[in-house]
Amino acid sequence: MVSHPLIELRGVSKRFGGVRALDDVSMTIESAQIRCLAGENGSGKSTLIKIISGVYQPDKGEIIIDGAPVERLNPASSMEHGVQVIYQDLSLFPTLTVVENLFLNTYLRERRSTVNWRRGREMAREVLARLDVDLDLDATVETLPTAGRQIVAIARAVLADARLIVMDEPTTALTAREVERLFRIVRGLQQQGIAILFVSHKMREMLEISEELTVFRNGQKVAEGPITHFDERAITLAMTGRHLNTGRFAAPAGADVQTPRLLIEGLSVGHEVHDVSLRLMRGEVVGLSGLIGAGRSTLAKAIFGLRQDVSGRIELDGERLAPASVTDAIDAGVAYVPEDRLSEGLFLTRSIRDNAIASALGRFAPRLWLQRNRARAATEKMFEDMQIAAPNTDVPVSILSGGNQQRVVIGRWLMTDARLLILNGPTVGVDVGSKEQIHGIIHDLARNQGLAVLMISDDLPELAANCNRVLTMTNGRLTGELSGERLTEDALESALAAVTREGGA
Amino acid sequence: MRVLRNSNVVIALILVAAMVVIGLINPAFWQLSNIFSLLKANVVIGLMALGVLLIMISGGIDVSFTAFAIAAMYLVVRTMVAIDYDGVILPFIFATAIGGLLGLMNAGIIHKFHMIPLIVTLGTASLVRGLVLGGVGTSNVNIDEMPPSLIELGRANIVTLERANGTTFGLTAMILVYAALAILIHLVLTRTMIGRSVYAYGADPEAARRVGFKTGRTMIFVYCTAGALAGFAGLLHSSMSWLANPRGFVGLELDVIAAVVLGGCSIFGGRGSVIGTVLGVFILVMIQNSLILMGIDMTWQRVVVGGVLISAVAITALRDRRSPA
Amino acid sequence: MMKGNTRGTEAADGKGSGPGRFLIRARADTNIQLGIICILIIILMTALQPRMFLSSYNFESMAFFMPELVLLSIAMMIAMLTGGIDLSIVGVANLAGIAAGTLFGFLAGEAGVGGLGTGAVILGVGVGLIVGVLAGLVNGLLISGLKITPILATLGTGQVFIGLCVVLTGGPAIVGFPSGWTWIGNGKIASIPVPFLLFVVLCVALALLLERTSFGLRLKLIGTNPKAAVFAGIRKGRMILWSYMLTGALAAMAGILLSARVNAAKSDYGSSYLLQAVLIAVLAGTNPAGGRGNVLGVALAVAALTLLATGLQMMRVSNHLIDFVWGAFLIAVIALNSLSARKGL
Repeated sequence: MVSHPLIELRGVSKRFGGVRALDDVSMTIESAQIRCLAGENGSGKSTLIKIISGVYQPDKGEIIIDGAPVERLNPASSMEHGVQVIYQDLSLFPTLTVVENLFLNTYLRERRSTVNWRRGREMAREVLARLDVDLDLDATVETLPTAGRQIVAIARAVLADARLIVMDEPTTALTAREVERLFRIVRGLQQQGIAILFVSHKMREMLEISEELTVFRNGQKVAEGPITHFDERAITLAMTGRHLNTGRFAAPAGADVQTPRLLIEGLSVGHEVHDVSLRLMRGEVVGLSGLIGAGRSTLAKAIFGLRQDVSGRIELDGERLAPASVTDAIDAGVAYVPEDRLSEGLFLTRSIRDNAIASALGRFAPRLWLQRNRARAATEKMFEDMQIAAPNTDVPVSILSGGNQQRVVIGRWLMTDARLLILNGPTVGVDVGSKEQIHGIIHDLARNQGLAVLMISDDLPELAANCNRVLTMTNGRLTGELSGERLTEDALESALAAVTREGGA
Repeated sequence: MRVLRNSNVVIALILVAAMVVIGLINPAFWQLSNIFSLLKANVVIGLMALGVLLIMISGGIDVSFTAFAIAAMYLVVRTMVAIDYDGVILPFIFATAIGGLLGLMNAGIIHKFHMIPLIVTLGTASLVRGLVLGGVGTSNVNIDEMPPSLIELGRANIVTLERANGTTFGLTAMILVYAALAILIHLVLTRTMIGRSVYAYGADPEAARRVGFKTGRTMIFVYCTAGALAGFAGLLHSSMSWLANPRGFVGLELDVIAAVVLGGCSIFGGRGSVIGTVLGVFILVMIQNSLILMGIDMTWQRVVVGGVLISAVAITALRDRRSPA
Repeated sequence: MMKGNTRGTEAADGKGSGPGRFLIRARADTNIQLGIICILIIILMTALQPRMFLSSYNFESMAFFMPELVLLSIAMMIAMLTGGIDLSIVGVANLAGIAAGTLFGFLAGEAGVGGLGTGAVILGVGVGLIVGVLAGLVNGLLISGLKITPILATLGTGQVFIGLCVVLTGGPAIVGFPSGWTWIGNGKIASIPVPFLLFVVLCVALALLLERTSFGLRLKLIGTNPKAAVFAGIRKGRMILWSYMLTGALAAMAGILLSARVNAAKSDYGSSYLLQAVLIAVLAGTNPAGGRGNVLGVALAVAALTLLATGLQMMRVSNHLIDFVWGAFLIAVIALNSLSARKGL
């Protein structure tokens, strides 16, 4: 008797209009296997998840579960087969308690019409014991930190008799220690025979936890095999289809004789950033790396006037900067490209022009009246400079691709008198071609307009290739600096790995 | 659950404090006849508030239920007068059903067209009121025409006491109906899956759908129950006031919503309890009815109610902001 | 609405230009549709009641009472631009009229308001507008300062404003305003009704304010994506405060017109205007979730509904049934918007 794989996809394809989201993809997941599915945004990962969970029907191809082909999988039957998906937003009920978040699912599956709280509590206690974690059962989920919520989501999936748990970017908002705990739980699940499909684009984590790796690009499977056959470079190559440019960006000459563009001394923000000092020169591109939760975004937000619980000193070209609001920061010459383009950066239904002039309304409407010709001309120029691919500047930004949307967000700051540009994840969700162009634009800005650039990124090759120096940050403090010959991906990686170990201890 | 219990404790403390203050200003507050009349004034608003509670837990809002109450009450009473019917049970069943059906209309429009409940219920309220006044009639059914059975019901007391001067006063039996329905709604909300689905939907509609709740059914349950409670309360009001006025209940929506918010319910959904709501209704009715006892002119009533609503939402807003989002 | 936006770069990358093009078209389309509806109603009513409907008297009377509804609807639309709503506009309108009326009573004393001159009337208008701005300020502070949901905040303040009306009047209406005041509501300049002139001037000014100034754009950006507005350096709290003050001032202006037209002010005048203002704002293509709305659409929507209502009145349909028609219209508009949006996507 041959043992069948848990789930097998054979030649699955899916189109949306003219776009081929998945093209003849085959993939196998065995019981108790930890597989990682990697790929850039738009590579078809999400479509695949939705096919496995029965949200989408494939146009072509077969889904085989436990050796038997399944016709028309729908969300309910997918769950009956033991597939549980944990989306990035976790789909929990924030105002309800941990207990209830855990048992609702099960009671629904059992088609109960009444609630037995005592049994629910027992089930919750049992499953948390099974995961070997300790949570306050009566706390409402909204009061838990992200990691705690994630555990609730995992426990809920286990309670629903999951045999395969799909986790979409599970480590995004976790600290190093929390990632460790997550991995411990995942290995525990594996020992109980549950298969895990990680969907991620973070290489370090893939390499640490996965046994098998599948890489998607443009809707096709481009690489697959045991994780031991891959290193970061190979994964990158598979994901992007090219060797990334590793040529280093030359440091601006004579940078040390001027007043620094940005000077920070002894800056502390809330409980997240402690005693940070740094300086950026004109034309310099400085990277800031570190794990999520290390305080990178908090630091950026403090400079941009989004935090008021700040102590210490910030100077821009020798002038004291203590922004009470974003408007103050912008007026002083700070520009910030936020982490989440869609929710923090763009006005999706508005035109490219409205998006572009949003931060420079004081300039284009000095006395309330909007000088439309000037605004139009300036937008057209930005449109050209940023090489945005769109019919014209009147179209809403919602129709643009991720790369072009990001150019609009960066281009917005060309309309202000920005002197310091802070980029938080400059190329997240941007296709490879656009990525290099955006890097080029950033370099031009630094070189020709003397901008100082602070680049926050999880993408180590990006940092290594584009920065003069890279600072590492851990638990709210700056812990190191790499520059010149010492600035390589490997060096960055080992610096961060050291941090992870420290954080885990 | 703990947060809920805490906020109920807070509401109860506010209630006790308010009672002490009013009692100090005018000891007449503590007279049994005053307490009885307060409890009586709780019944109709309270029943409607139970429905609004459901809607607000589900993250919606409703301003049409008073129109539904009028429609159910006026239609039923006019029909009873017209066919000379004199009974209690059937009329209440019909009033409840009319309210429920009108609620179904709300549920259908809100769920089907994904439209903001406030705007939908503004529309259905105008629609139903216009239809009743324009299509059924605008004249009151007064005590001389009212079916005696309804008046009889409205006059039923659990206890009847005699004042020193020989007049009597009593505690209305309708308070039992209110208590029974409050307990029923409480049990449904805490012990049944449909009740929990209301909380789940209010907390996150998309997550509720993903977990496998049939959210359409939840919406129907919520809006139909609210409509049915309003219809029932409408007829009860008519039988307790011995009058069927098709122009009545104007502006009562606000009192009811204020009471529910006062009871710790959040307009963002996912929170709220029957106990809190019952307390909230009591506080509101007590403040309204005690204005005269406290020597404040009745013209100030709406200012006070508005002020109470604003302070209640301000306090809940501050509370919600403190808990991390 | 925002929930959909935060999710999925992949969708935005893949789906192409369908929804986008729809959105651009939608606004122009709504106004053209509204224009067509107006014409259809005129044709229909003319066919049913040729003499009465086409009479100059009919159009003139519309020109007198339409402006107040337009102002209230624009006020509602402006509140909706930032994703809010203002349920207190009718209370503000009445309070403005009553405040002015109370002032006149106070100024005239025993002599009777008939003797009050232009100066007093201008003072009255000023007081009415100040009342509106202050009411809007209260709303704005509750909404942007205390972060209370607009629905509950304005529901509560609306009660307070109406309550203050009751307190000021003691219940009954204030009857009898100075002649200069009633001229605002009933007078004519070169045979054009004064309210209509005011309406045209205010509409043009507001249309310019919303379409051609940074103020209008900022409000729309806040309504489109409040978080991104903050990251773009727009002072959200302050803008919302301004927008509710403008809303309050417009509502007060409507109240001034109303009390001037009927020569009286009372706490419960115009209570059906609230629903109508919401209906008109939505009918005019305003997105109640924020970001979209325009003055011309509101004016056209009011024209369409006023034509319909007067036509129905001529056919001796009771006012109550007209309320029913309004409600039904609102639901129908919601249904149509939802269906066409679904088709567009």
